[in-house]
Amino acid sequence: MHIPDGYLGPATYGTMYAVMVPLWAAASWKLDKALKVKQVPYLALGAAFSFVIMMFNIPVIGGTTGHAVGATLIAVLIGPWAAMIAVSAALIIQALLFGDGGITAIGANCFNIAAVGSFVGYGLYRLFAAVSAPTARRRWIAGAVAAYVSLNISALFTAVQLGIQPMIAKAPDGRPLYAPFPLEITIPAIAMEHLFLFGLVEAVMTALVIRYIQRNEPELLG
Amino acid sequence: MTTTKKLWIGLVILALLSPLGLIIPALFGAGGAWGEWGLEEIKKLIGYVPQGMEKQGELWKAPLPDYTVPGQGKGLFGESVGYVLTAVLGAALTTGFVYFFARMLARKSGRK
Repeated sequence: MHIPDGYLGPATYGTMYAVMVPLWAAASWKLDKALKVKQVPYLALGAAFSFVIMMFNIPVIGGTTGHAVGATLIAVLIGPWAAMIAVSAALIIQALLFGDGGITAIGANCFNIAAVGSFVGYGLYRLFAAVSAPTARRRWIAGAVAAYVSLNISALFTAVQLGIQPMIAKAPDGRPLYAPFPLEITIPAIAMEHLFLFGLVEAVMTALVIRYIQRNEPELLG
Repeated sequence: MTTTKKLWIGLVILALLSPLGLIIPALFGAGGAWGEWGLEEIKKLIGYVPQGMEKQGELWKAPLPDYTVPGQGKGLFGESVGYVLTAVLGAALTTGFVYFFARMLARKSGRK
C-alpha cells in the first residue's frame, strides 16, 4: 500500500498533502493539549511497533506480499490523533531512509494508511465496544473487526488513487503518464488480497495485543 | 517489570525476527507488493515506462534502499543481515522522532 514516487500525478499527490498537512497540525494541537508525559512512551512504542510490523511481509503464494500496519491497535491504546502521528512517523522514515513509499506520495500514504487506519479503526472500535468493561471479550473482538474493516478501507483509498491516474493524466499519445492501471484492475487486485489475507492478519494481531493488554494493563483500555 | 518495559522487549524481539518477513515470502515465491513496482518491472508488465513515472520515479535516492545496507552479503543470508540492521535502525529513528516531538509538546505545556 506504500505508493512509490511516479505513481501519482501532481494533482493527486498535491491534494493528498493538502489534506494531510491540516490533519498533522490538528494532531499536534490536540496532543499539545491532551498528551501526558506518561503517555509519551506508548506513543513512541506505537510508532516503533508500526515501523517493525510493516517489515513482516506476508506472501500471497506465487504472487505479491503485504503486511499489517497496527494503526487501529495503536489508536485503541493511545487515541486516534496520537496513532495517526505514530504511524505517520513510521511512514516518513520508511520513505526518506528506505525508499519504501515515495517522497511525493507521503501525503497520500499517510492519509490512506495512518489517518484512515487510526480514525476509521478507532471509530469502529468505539462503536462495537460500546460501554463494555475494559476486560470484556467484546473489546478484543471489537478491535479485530475494526482493524479488519479499516485496513480494507485504507486499501480501497489506495486503489482508487492509483486507479484514477490513467483517467486524469495522459501523455499526448494517449498513454497514461503515471500509474497505468484503471480502477477495474486496481480495486480488485488490492481489495482481494486485503479482504482475504492482510486484513485477517491485521485483525488477529490487533486482537492478540488487546488481549495481552487486558491481562496486564487494562487501565490503558479505559 | 512494567508493561512498557515488557512491550519494548517484545519489540526488540520482533525486530530481530524481521528477516522472517523476507524469508517466508521467498519460500513461497512471492514478489513485492502489488502496485509498488520499480521502473524495470513496470516495463515488463506493460511494455513501456509511463513518461511521468520515469521523470518522477527516480526523484529520491534513499540512502538504504529497500531495507539494505551497503556491503551486506549476497543471497538470502546477506539480505537478512541488512534487514535486521535496518529494522533496528528504522525503529530507533522512528522512536526518537516521535519521542522528541511528544516530549517537546508535553514539556511546552508544562504537564507532568
